[in-house]
Amino acid sequence: MESNLNGSTMTRLTLNEHIYYCVPNETVLEVLLREDVKISYACKKGTCHSCMVRSLDNAPPEVAQAGLRDTLKKHNHFLACLCYPEQDMAIKLPDQSEFYTQGTVVANEMLNRNTLLLIIAFRDAFEFTAGQFVNLQRADGLTRSYSIANTPQESNTLEFHIRRLPNGKFSEWLHDEVKIGDSIDVSEARGHCFYLPERSQQGLLLVGTGTGLAPLAGILTDALAHGHAGPIYLFHGSREIEDLYRIDEMRLLSEQYKNFHYIPCLSGDKVPGGFSQGRVDEVSLALFSDLKGWRIFLCGHPDMVNKMKKMTFLKGASSADIYADAFLLTPT
Amino acid sequence: MSNQNNKSIYERIGGEASVNAAVDIFYRKVLNDHRINRFFDNVNMETQVAKQKAFLTMAFGGPNSYTGEDMRKGHAQLVKAGLNDSHFDAVVENLGATLIELNVPQDIINEIVVICETTRNDVLGK
Repeated sequence: MESNLNGSTMTRLTLNEHIYYCVPNETVLEVLLREDVKISYACKKGTCHSCMVRSLDNAPPEVAQAGLRDTLKKHNHFLACLCYPEQDMAIKLPDQSEFYTQGTVVANEMLNRNTLLLIIAFRDAFEFTAGQFVNLQRADGLTRSYSIANTPQESNTLEFHIRRLPNGKFSEWLHDEVKIGDSIDVSEARGHCFYLPERSQQGLLLVGTGTGLAPLAGILTDALAHGHAGPIYLFHGSREIEDLYRIDEMRLLSEQYKNFHYIPCLSGDKVPGGFSQGRVDEVSLALFSDLKGWRIFLCGHPDMVNKMKKMTFLKGASSADIYADAFLLTPT
Repeated sequence: MSNQNNKSIYERIGGEASVNAAVDIFYRKVLNDHRINRFFDNVNMETQVAKQKAFLTMAFGGPNSYTGEDMRKGHAQLVKAGLNDSHFDAVVENLGATLIELNVPQDIINEIVVICETTRNDVLGK
């Protein structure tokens, strides 16, 4: 903080290599617009969330986080239009170019007929929360988002589940060309779909399709490691059994943890014993008549995610307790 | 003697906490109401909850900067899609039912309905 000639305090905003001063009664958005910084915004009153930015160091004032979900608050996101800074902050804009770290591929093996397990190691600790995602970037700049499937490790590794998409340039490259020892650029972790270790008696409902299991597996591991005591239900679905994976591991976990229930679902015709017939949304919703008080995590196909967001809400889950990560399939 | 009557409805029913208590109940009623839920089919739930909070804050007489112009622009597409008085009435009805569920006294509910009515022409683009 610095004092101007009148003795009132100004706060300092650092954005990349630039420093901007915020005078009293001036919002962060006003400072940035005054300085011609390109930032998206619309309503200027905290409703539209267009101008959400993040503080990389000091916590923003609480009022600037009004209405944001708890996981965003936890990572110091705030609304620039509502923020009268109380202390200096280094900030990051939502559309700001990302910082990439180089990692090395240390494992690549198939989890099923079309899903690759890719493990990337880093020299230094990689900061993330289980359930978040990163962008992977190829040397020519081609970039795709993938969810992290593990929890932070001492080995500084990130685990990914990569489904081969028909004509998917990036997934085909990862499947067919990338070898152990290759380098790959990885962005900072993003996303607000993760577990917060509070309300440990709460029921957790995890529903995913395909590689939507990746973030859910991370969230599950995280919740179990924190000693989550409430019931935890994981529904993992695909059409055919060959497209599910980690079935034995999940069954083993459900034997180890009495409060964890694993329900693999198959929507195709062939449904062996031990599997539920139907789509994950139908099977999971049929099991719960009332989701009041439950925390919901939804990952995978956008249609499933959007339908389940609405249905779990209508069944009583609070809107603040529904976390979703809809996979966007980038056209090739 | 308290100065209850000098306070806004928003302050009397508990400010932001009352909005947070009401928003899920209200939005759930709206999504379950076959008369109006088609207008909410293709909206992002997160953005919608934030908008519902802004609406409730306004309806409760709390701090807001909604203008008639905002209301007109925000609903213009829906008016084209057939939004009319009956739908407006249904939303107000759901809000009333929400407030009854939260044990808000009837005289306050009446005041809130009056505030809602002031937006009718702008919302419906009249």
